[in-house]
Amino acid sequence: MATTLKPVDAVIVGFGWTGAIMGQQLADAGLDVLALERGPWRDTSTDFATGFAQDELRYMWRHHLFQNVSDDTLTIRNNTSQTALPMRHLGSFLLGTGVGSGGVHWNGQIWRFLPSDFLTKSHNEQRYGKKSVTDYDLTVQDWGVTYEELEPHYNSFDVLCGTSGKAGNLNGQVQPGGNPFEGSRSAEYPTPPMPQTYGPTLFGKAAAELGRHPFPHPTGNLSQPYVNNLGAQLGACTYCGFCEKFGCGNYSKASPQTTVLPYLMAKPNFTLRTECEVLKVELSPDKKQATGVTYVNSAGEEFFQPANIVILSSYILQNVRLLLLSGIGTPYDPATGQGVVGKNYAYQTMSSVNVFFDDKLINPFIGAGALATVVDDFNGDNFDHSGLGFIGGAYIAGMVTGGRPIEMIYTPQGTPAWGKAWKHAAAKNYLRSFSLSVHGSCMSHRGNYLDLDPTYRDIHGRPMLRMTFDFTDNEHKMSDYLTDRAAEIAKAMNPREIKLNRRIGSWSVVPYQTTHNTGGAIMGDSPANSVVNKYLQSWDVHNVFSMGAGAFPQNAGYNPTGTLAALAYMSAQAIVQQYLKQPGPLVQA
Amino acid sequence: MDKPKLDRRHFLLGSAVAATAGVAGALGAKVHDGELGAPPRTYQGGVPWQEGLADAPPGVSGTDYKFFTAAEREFIEAAVSRLIPNDEVGPGAVEANVPFFLDRQLAGPFGRGDHYYLGGPWAKGAPEQGYQSRFSPAQMYRAAIGAINKYTHANHNGADFAKLSEDERDALLKDFEAGKVQLEDGVDAKAFFTMLLQNTKEGYFSDPIYGGNKDMGAWKMIGFPGAHYDYREWVSRHGEPVPFPPVGFKGRPGWNSET
Ligand SMILES: Cc1cc2nc3c(=O)[nH]c(=O)nc-3n(C[C@H](O)[C@H](O)[C@H](O)COP(=O)(O)OP(=O)(O)OC[C@H]3O[C@@H](n4cnc5c(N)ncnc54)[C@H](O)[C@@H]3O)c2cc1C
Ligand code: SF4
Repeated sequence: MATTLKPVDAVIVGFGWTGAIMGQQLADAGLDVLALERGPWRDTSTDFATGFAQDELRYMWRHHLFQNVSDDTLTIRNNTSQTALPMRHLGSFLLGTGVGSGGVHWNGQIWRFLPSDFLTKSHNEQRYGKKSVTDYDLTVQDWGVTYEELEPHYNSFDVLCGTSGKAGNLNGQVQPGGNPFEGSRSAEYPTPPMPQTYGPTLFGKAAAELGRHPFPHPTGNLSQPYVNNLGAQLGACTYCGFCEKFGCGNYSKASPQTTVLPYLMAKPNFTLRTECEVLKVELSPDKKQATGVTYVNSAGEEFFQPANIVILSSYILQNVRLLLLSGIGTPYDPATGQGVVGKNYAYQTMSSVNVFFDDKLINPFIGAGALATVVDDFNGDNFDHSGLGFIGGAYIAGMVTGGRPIEMIYTPQGTPAWGKAWKHAAAKNYLRSFSLSVHGSCMSHRGNYLDLDPTYRDIHGRPMLRMTFDFTDNEHKMSDYLTDRAAEIAKAMNPREIKLNRRIGSWSVVPYQTTHNTGGAIMGDSPANSVVNKYLQSWDVHNVFSMGAGAFPQNAGYNPTGTLAALAYMSAQAIVQQYLKQPGPLVQA
Repeated sequence: MDKPKLDRRHFLLGSAVAATAGVAGALGAKVHDGELGAPPRTYQGGVPWQEGLADAPPGVSGTDYKFFTAAEREFIEAAVSRLIPNDEVGPGAVEANVPFFLDRQLAGPFGRGDHYYLGGPWAKGAPEQGYQSRFSPAQMYRAAIGAINKYTHANHNGADFAKLSEDERDALLKDFEAGKVQLEDGVDAKAFFTMLLQNTKEGYFSDPIYGGNKDMGAWKMIGFPGAHYDYREWVSRHGEPVPFPPVGFKGRPGWNSET
């Protein structure tokens, strides 16, 4: 029997990036806020201090900061003709857990999506015809929100993080040195771009020679010390090269720990409970309102926590699972195309090109999570897709995030994976090679979705989430085209040789790709096509708000966090300014 | 709700423990995150600061073997010396002490499969579905070494794998890698090979506190300076050699190996 606890105004389920942002926004509005986090407390000096943070074995390969899948994982398959099997070991994506979650061990690549990315259906239809958005059984949609509406909230996230970069479009004026393709910004970045090391610099020169428009990657690895709007202090990045998959020991990577927690944890109307896993959102008998959440702690005790508002910020996969387990919204059925929860699961389409020099020392260990020079000429609809047979695109980044030797030794085409030839190639090329990353969009497809697994259950006896996903021909074509564009730049750097790592075949759970899972709890302009409205409010249960990349109707060719943070700020503003005064649907269906 | 006016340490010992969810483990006891089941905690009124609780890496000590039997150790040495052979360019896996690293990994949480989901039902699955064995890594190594020796007994005149020539071992390892060999006792040769190669590279290149990468020889070979954390003065010095000799955790000033 669950013990019923004292009611709170708002309960936050999961305390990563969006949980921290929502906690701060709602606590500042005076609400009594409780955050429940399934993992442990984490802070810099205890958990990833500079004395031991650079430990590739422990953090990357033994998953020290990631979700331990031994008692709860998800099941995976490429299509409905297969039986989904458990992801028995992390691989393709590295799920976060604990306070800060992915915000601790992310790269800090901070992007805004393009204005046209929010209009994937209508924009492409208009420019390339109706078929362009339905070919290959694509199910792309407009977001129901525009770049212009989100711009102030993107800005809030930049101010929070102290993002280092150079604006390419300030109040509609294209600026030298930035990304000329980006949507208009209302303000310059809070801190200047990171000085670039050798590899990214060579990339930038070669790209410019080819007539592309290189610019420094916008980053949450700060170029200089910064005090943010909440009084939190960040230091300058030291290019330690143990960034993504690691915590920053230097307080120089924007994370919930470095930007929000010093402020939020001190607020008397905010409480955090760790090692508490939410099992379900409880609904009123008419299923129109949530009454709170049921959770179990690591001692096995079960509690009912009553709350007026439930914020789901448990990462897209757990958010979708909680919606399904709680009976919020109609589950998607790929056979009929009916229902919405679980619909339009998408991912990120990645490929790369390695470059090998004889004469140039790249020193890849001097790196940072978002240390890159980038071109955006072939992202989104920044180029004419006529006759290409796909929609979407990618940014191409000459990137050096580190030279961690178990993970990041590049060897030329044809080198075996072991033996003398491998060893000699590793010794010869380690200091003289780096990689161009092709970070591609992923459109949504009728057959790609999330639901509950019929067989496998977690330690609490709840069905695991089942992921059915594969790349479609649209993605393969896009990725091939973009990988060729990257190869052009790679060749223009005059290396000894290059190696193309194309995106080939079906999606596999084994090699790491990105932790950019999207969709399943998508936003839109009507309950018929989406789970939440543009304020991330459930169409069905008005006091449930679902944060995160689950809201993306398809994924753009950028990292997701800038956009999902902006959506969280927009949701918080609507809750504080409208919902609290008059609880109910913020958008009429 | 009053904001507790306590100093950080007092806060930690007081309100953090005594709050709603009720349960709190002994604070002195080290609960490494990443392990399941740390006690539930409530935090309110400030950022807790846990003095002396730095979550130091779980390095190893001693030289004895805890997991491999003598025969298994022979197998491992015979296999990893082919995966990374020794020559003048740099150490081989055996010279870098990778077998000892593997032993300690398999004797510990990794070997037990602490971060694997091993629940049933078990099906072979498609390659895209990844590891699907019921075996934990330790069980996998034990079963695979036995099954491979059975295989070589049958196909190589009763010889153990460790007794085969270098060329014979290379040929067999290539067949395992390509999934061409059918082993008995439920062992998927390719899955084992993938794990062995990955773990061998881990032992070769990880910090020496885990027992491999002896004298940082693998880092010296490629030119990786190890666990430095401040390269700012080198950022604009494009293409210059960085003359730092490699440094591991134990060789760091201020490193405290107490935990
Ligand atoms: C290695 C890596 C690199 C990345 N790099 C970048 C990058 O450079 N740029 C970028 O834009 N994005 C990056 N990402 C993605 C980024 O981390 C995520 O987009 C972001 O953290 C998502 O925020 P969130 O709040 O939705 O979820 P999270 O930050 O993951 O937080 C979810 C929290 O909910 C908790 N939780 C889950 N279920 C429950 C439950 N039932 N009860 C209680 N708590 C629960 C989890 O433990 C976790 O703490 C990266 C991710 C990884 C892993
Ligand atoms: S690269 Fe910079 S931001 Fe990243 S962990 Fe190292 S010091 Fe921190």
